[in-house]
Amino acid sequence: MSGNGAGTILQVEDLHVDFPSFNGDVRALNGVNLHVNAGEIVGLVGESGSGKSVTAMMVMRLAETGSYAIPAGRISLLGKPVFDLDEAELERMRGRDVAMIFQEPMNALNPTKRIGHQIREVIRKHNPMDKAAATATAREMLKAVRLADPDSIMRRFPFELSGGMRQRVLIAITFSCRPKLIIADEPTTALDVTVQHQVLTLLKDMAHRTGTAVLLITHDLAVVSQLCGRTYVMYAGEVVESGPTSDIISRPAHPYTRALLQALPEYATRKQPIAFIGGTLPDLRHRPTGCVFATRCTLREGRCDERPPAARSGSREAFCWKPGFADAP
Amino acid sequence: MRPENAIEIEGLTKTFPGKRDWLGRVTGLVHALNGVDLTVRKGEILGIVGESGCGKTTLTQVILGLIPPSSGTVETAATPQIVFQDPQSSLNPRMKVWRIITEPLFATGRYPVAALRDKAAELAEAVGLRPEHIDRYPHEFSGGQRQRIATARALVSDPETIIFDEPTSALDISVQAQILNLLLELREARDLTFVIISHDISVIRHLADRAIVMYLGQVVEEGPADIVLANPAHPYSQLLLSSVPSIRDGESHSDVSDFGEPPDNQTLPQGCYFAERCPRYDDRRCGVPQTIRRLGARQVRCALAVRRKDRSPAPCGPAPY
Repeated sequence: MSGNGAGTILQVEDLHVDFPSFNGDVRALNGVNLHVNAGEIVGLVGESGSGKSVTAMMVMRLAETGSYAIPAGRISLLGKPVFDLDEAELERMRGRDVAMIFQEPMNALNPTKRIGHQIREVIRKHNPMDKAAATATAREMLKAVRLADPDSIMRRFPFELSGGMRQRVLIAITFSCRPKLIIADEPTTALDVTVQHQVLTLLKDMAHRTGTAVLLITHDLAVVSQLCGRTYVMYAGEVVESGPTSDIISRPAHPYTRALLQALPEYATRKQPIAFIGGTLPDLRHRPTGCVFATRCTLREGRCDERPPAARSGSREAFCWKPGFADAP
Repeated sequence: MRPENAIEIEGLTKTFPGKRDWLGRVTGLVHALNGVDLTVRKGEILGIVGESGCGKTTLTQVILGLIPPSSGTVETAATPQIVFQDPQSSLNPRMKVWRIITEPLFATGRYPVAALRDKAAELAEAVGLRPEHIDRYPHEFSGGQRQRIATARALVSDPETIIFDEPTSALDISVQAQILNLLLELREARDLTFVIISHDISVIRHLADRAIVMYLGQVVEEGPADIVLANPAHPYSQLLLSSVPSIRDGESHSDVSDFGEPPDNQTLPQGCYFAERCPRYDDRRCGVPQTIRRLGARQVRCALAVRRKDRSPAPCGPAPY
């Protein structure tokens, strides 16, 4: 399934990314395809080293030029090829077309500037307006993220706010320029569970209200199941499975997704051993020629030494020789 | 201290100096623990859940004797060991694994190197590492393996009780499963007592026999883990559990988005600590400090809590696929 329609905000095609190292290039992404349509909340799930954050960095062009190579692939954001933009065009794109929410809100805010200043700065960078108008917009945004007493918040410094409040401020900043796409990279991993719930509910409401598309990057399958209509599952720099989230959760087609779900204590019998995924990630400098999950897969057979093609079923896709689409209940 | 108990804690409070004036004099206190009564029975796995600032970490530090309590008593049957959250920073990067594992014995100066190495190899195997791994350095291991090394170190002095502070929160899901399996195995094989602290309810539900929920330095609910974590009686436990995103039901069912955040622990509330966030707040009964009461199999610190059916959750069958 690919989104070539007018409603496609982000399209990543066959993206390969190499990071050079002293003993060979690390192939961090190996042919990633994904797209996000207007107004959609899409999940990108995977464990550490799966390439989910690298994907986000590439969309925003946040990695330092020269520190990586793109052997193949392209990214288009609102129809514009991201890799062809110069620095000035990128500056305009970031914040206005696509904005990002990071894991640790303290690091994303300037500790020496008041909150009001930081929100106004972003608003005025992308919209020509005077300070008073920017302040009014900032107040509106803080109200929209349900922070009581926006004026007092604007006078404060980031260290005077709790983690949850900081993440709300960041959401306010992110939405203030009405971007078409928000990339949220583990937005609630640093937060407590009750605060996480508040922030995720807020993110979802704001996205629905403003029609902004969200690419939510997380390691937490439960978070994805609560928020995202569609999900991509990544493993070792490849998308191994994609489709409607509820289908992936209830009937995972790829052995990796299935193993990941079975490793959750939620699904295990109390006090009984949990099924886990043996082995480790393949060496990303010398990727296997066949299926990237083969060495850890319980269903491995001869064919798995060749790279599996996309197996499709309706709107679902899995890169496996023996996809489990048929496991319908 | 009763012989069946591993740890007995009574009326434990701990305050830290908070605000200071311009002369550096302490003008405010941070109330980390506000009257914790807790018994850990020998051979059980006790799970402690709660959010940041609830006092879980201070509690472990007081139990370990790392910091003195402000008031109250802590008695332990034997010195407990601890496994920290982040195996990256809790292992000395310049020591080989056998030295890390046997550090507690090495420090006594009573054991020859050969004996220490044998002990390290034996424990490495017990925690699922290969004996030849003991000559490597921590950086050569993955996060899960480092957590195994930290666990082996906790076992070396033959403790009766081990405290795990967020044992899997730095790990990926697939590795977390391996560590949880290891903990259950070790407990069976060595007849240990575990205190496991986690913000991850599903981890505690999986491992623990008994669970306590902490809020603002107090125990607000205590009871069998399967009952407390399936059908909580205290409004805070209910908020906490309904906030956990569940993978089983697609759309979020509860709207708890406006229940605020825990109050500042420099000025403690007059009455019930949870009052300002409580959806069931009642002026007449919540304005006074709450005491913990027994309700069936559990204890709850809430005047409004009524006895709930102590039902276990529906048996957690295999995944629905």
